[in-house]
Parts: sequence; structure tokens; C-alpha cells
Amino acid sequence: MEVKLKEKEKFEDETVISERPEVNLWKDAFRRMCKNKMAVLGAIIIMVLFIIAVFAPYIAPYHYAEGSLKDNFARPGSKFLLGADFMGRDLLSRIIYGTRISLSVGIVGAVTAFLIGVFYGVVSGYYGGKVDNIMMRIVDIMYGFPTLLLIILLMVLFKSTFAIATPGTFAGFLNNIDRAFGGLFFIFIGIGVTAWLGMARISRGMALSLREKEFIEAARATGNSNLQIMLKHVLPNLIGPCIVRVTLAIPGYITFEAFLSFIGLGVNPPTPSWGMMISEGYQAMRSYPHLAIYPGLALAITMLAFNFLGDGLRDALDPRMK
Amino acid sequence: MENNILLKVKNLRKYFPVRGGIFSKIIGYVQAVDGISFDIKKGETLGLVGESGCGKTTTGRTIIRLLEPTAGEVDFEGENFFKLSKEKLRKVRRNIQIIFQDPFGSLNPRMTVGDIVGESLLIHNIVKNNKEKEEIVKDLLETVGLNAGHIRRYPHEFSGGQRQRIGIARALALRPKLVICDEPVSALDVSIQAQVINLLEELQEKFHLTYLFIAHDLSVVKHISNRVAVMYLGKIVELASTYELYENPQHPYTKALLSAVPIPDPTLKRQRIVLDGDVPSPFKPPTGCRFHPRCKYIKPICRQEEPKLIDINGGHYVACHLER
Repeated sequence: MEVKLKEKEKFEDETVISERPEVNLWKDAFRRMCKNKMAVLGAIIIMVLFIIAVFAPYIAPYHYAEGSLKDNFARPGSKFLLGADFMGRDLLSRIIYGTRISLSVGIVGAVTAFLIGVFYGVVSGYYGGKVDNIMMRIVDIMYGFPTLLLIILLMVLFKSTFAIATPGTFAGFLNNIDRAFGGLFFIFIGIGVTAWLGMARISRGMALSLREKEFIEAARATGNSNLQIMLKHVLPNLIGPCIVRVTLAIPGYITFEAFLSFIGLGVNPPTPSWGMMISEGYQAMRSYPHLAIYPGLALAITMLAFNFLGDGLRDALDPRMK
Repeated sequence: MENNILLKVKNLRKYFPVRGGIFSKIIGYVQAVDGISFDIKKGETLGLVGESGCGKTTTGRTIIRLLEPTAGEVDFEGENFFKLSKEKLRKVRRNIQIIFQDPFGSLNPRMTVGDIVGESLLIHNIVKNNKEKEEIVKDLLETVGLNAGHIRRYPHEFSGGQRQRIGIARALALRPKLVICDEPVSALDVSIQAQVINLLEELQEKFHLTYLFIAHDLSVVKHISNRVAVMYLGKIVELASTYELYENPQHPYTKALLSAVPIPDPTLKRQRIVLDGDVPSPFKPPTGCRFHPRCKYIKPICRQEEPKLIDINGGHYVACHLER
């Protein structure tokens, strides 16, 4: 009897609707993401990578370009924790400095894809009709061109033509920036030019279906302007999948840089890019496998971390998930 | 008498272009709403009934310019609503709000109830900050029978009936004069329908609202409306006070429609008038009277001349040649 009474009490307690603390979409998403172990792991790894990238000079035992030939191909040991490469440069230090390259490529790619792509797609999808037609045909034309080929062509153009540009001209100016970035700037441009296309298509498709929803009409009836509708009603409803998509695309950008560096169109030596290190290491793969394996491992871990985070974000940004 | 009229719809038309061929040329128009006129008096509820596809919803949406009208005029408090600039329209629109049919699609899933209901208050500068907004929203939620504690929940946490109440609260936030109820109860089950209808009636009394009540459920319309307009294929065929229309229908279509209403008494037998055929396509509506292919009392004139909506008996309007 008493148990029953208690149960009843409890039930009545629950029916009192308590007001929740003020939450917003992002705080809520953060709370949900913290429940996902893999996502948290991914986030932690990425944070650690960021710290490594920022404090690389303090963490790395050597400078990435310093080495002596008598240490070439040194095995992992007490002097070189992960060994040394064909020029006697410490592999660990180069991997640590390489974090900077990979992360900056990933983030610049993601940010350009997001800012340009989502905005472009939302405008195109929300207005629809002729605007949509013209905007999407532009994307189609650019999409039709093979991405890899486009970037390779761009890189060749940048590296050859711009490199001999006379100082003082715009090309010369770009070339100076690129040199200051160790060859990264042109990679940023190459990825930026192509990365936003997929994002634009995805967000356009979602905007197109969202604009037919009744709550958009309701928003119009309550007096929202088109810009307000796009920002408050369309964008929040498609930003989740877009963030996921961009997070999942980051490994792609990182691989892209690695690939370009691998085939010699990427960063300028001695800038330590993981791709470049793998490319240098695989030539001596049989005898010194560690030279390719460790940078490869770093690449793999980074990519996995971003993938976990992306998956976690997808779940967290949907308020219907509990 | 004239001053008593809140909304005057004159000859409203909404055609949707149909495109075809390789160059997507306009090959014709779907005449969803084809020249309808009616008035709504202050404080009354005008029911708008008809089967699906007859243009009820299009009428409602065109009146508040969610759809741009093809032709016609809508006078709201003496101002032509269709001539307003976009900027002005946004301001005037606060006087006309709409309640949507689908309680699931009409609420933004990414916004909390407080933001959904209170959004318009911020847009129209009725409140200055979130705190003031929340006060009003809490009041509104209580008014529509929800709990003030619901303010920070998301729409998916509510049932259909509760969501519809949120939609009603949103429409009321701006204290509109006219509320267009676009089948507000047809997505709900019957017990909830009654609650929502009663709520709408209470609110009408409390806030002196005027309703344009669009529905296909005749018994619901009978319950809530003062006057009822019957639509068929983009036209109003009959318009009369609720009592007059239900007791003394004149148009053959109205008669058939009313005969289909079930009577909650198994011992009573009522003759149902079953219409032949389907509703013709609004893309190619029949000539003359639009109802003539399905009408039992067809006369030669029905095929040629379109009947006008005429007053036969002090406010009872019928568009039928038989009444002449």
C-alpha cells in the first residue's frame, strides 16, 4: 500500500511541468554530443592535434629542417624517437610540424566550403526558379570539370607561371604570399575553388525542400523578410547536415594536400607535409618502413578523429535524438 | 452596415500556370480560384466548405498574399491589400494571421515554442527584449491551454493537438483582427477536434476575432460558423447564414453535399444524393455552369451561360439558373 502511495506521489511530481533552463540549439547539441563517446574521443584528438600544431616549436625535439647526413635513415631509438629520414631529419619533429600543414589545409577547406557553399546553396534553393537555374548551372559547369585535373592545372599554373612573375604585379604578390606559407597558399586556393561546389548542391537541395514547408509560409505570414527567413528558418534546419558533411570532408582536403605533395605539386620542401613525408618515405619502404608508416599513421588518426566528430555532430544536431 | 465589414473580397482569381513542351511554355492555367467575391463582417465566422481541390486553401492563402493573386481585390478595413508594397504588406499583415492545417509541418523543428510563438513580437517591435517576449508568450500559452513551462521545449515533444495550440498561440501573438483557419482541425482526431474548436470559439469571444474558417467537415463548419460559403471548382456556388444553408439549401451541389453528412441516429434514414462522375479538372473547367456535367436538373442554359451569384432571399446567395 505504501509503495503504491509512493509511486503515486512520484507520478504526481512528474506531472508538474518544470520550466527548463534556457537552452539553445548549440548548447543542447553540445550536451548531446558529450554522451557520444566516439565523438568525444574524436574531439579530444582534434584538440590535442591543435595544441600540437600551435606549440610545435616547443614540443618538437628538433627543427623540422635541421639534420645531418650522418644520421640519415636512423632507426627509432633514444636520439630519434621515431627515427630520421634520408636527410637525417628527426621524423617525430617533422610529423609534429606537419600537423600545422594538415590542420590548416583541413580548416581552410572547410571554412571556404561552408561559407561560400552554404550561402550560395541557400540563396539558390530558397529563391528557386530562374535564380536557382542560373546559379546551379554555374555549379554544374564547374562540377563537370574533373576536380583533380582542375587542381593539378591550377597548381601547375601557380607554380610555373606565378613563380617567374615579376615582383610588384598581382601574380608576384600572390607568389610572395605563397612562399611565406611554404607553398600552402596555392593549395588553399585550389581547394577553396573546388570545395564549395558539393556543399552548394547539398544545401541547395535542402533549401529547396524546406521552402515548401508550412513553417516557412508561417514565417512569412508573421512578417519575416526573405533574409530573415533564410537566416532563421532555412539555415538552422540545414546547418546540421552541412556541418556533418563539412567535417566528413575535412579528411578529404587533408588527403588532397597529401596527394598533391606526394606527386610534387604541393608544398615546397622542406615544409614538412605528411603527404610529402610519405612520398619521400615510400621510396625506402622495404628497408625503412617507419619513414612511411608513422606519417601515414598520423594522417589516418587525424582523419578518423574528424570522421568520429562528424558522425557525433550529425546525431547531436538533431533535436529529435535524445 | 458598410463599416461593419472587415474584409471585402472582390472577384479574386488565382491561376497557376501549367508548363509543358520542350521550352516549358505556359500551355494553360489551372483556375484554382476563379472570380470569387464575399464579405466578412467584424466578429463573425465565415465558413468556407467544399471538397478537396476546389480552391478553399488557395483562397485563404491568396487573401493574405502568401500566394500572389492573379486578379481581384481584397479590401481589409478599407485598404486594398493587394496594392501594398512588400514592406508595407509585412506591417499590415499583423492584422491577418493564419492557422495552418498540418500541425507537424507548420512549426519550425529547430525553434523552441517560445521562439515560435514570440518571433512575430520581436519582428514587429512589440517587445524590446527576450524577457518581455517570454512574459507575453507564457500568457499566450496559458490562454491556449498549454502550460507556461512548455516555453523552452521543441515542437517534437508535443502531440498533434498541442502543436495545433502552439500554432494558434503563434497566430494570436500579434493580436490580429482576422484569423484565417485553414482546416485547423482536419489533421486531428475527433476528440481533439472538439477541444480545438471550443478553444477557437473561446478565443473569438475573448479577443473579438473574426474567422475565415476553411474546412471540408460540414458538421464542424455548422458548429462554428455564422455564415457558410460553399465552393465548387474555384467558384462560390452558395453563400448563406448557417441555419439557412443547412435547412434550406438551394444549389443542387449544396444539397448533395449536405446529404452526405452522417446523422448520429441509426433509426433515421436519409436519402443520400449521390453525384455521378468526378470533379472536372480545374485546368479545363466545363463551360457555363461548372456543375452542369454532374447536375440532375440541367437545363440548356446551364451549358452556355455561367450563373451569377445572386441574392434570392435577404443574404442567401446562390449561383444557379434554376433559381431564376
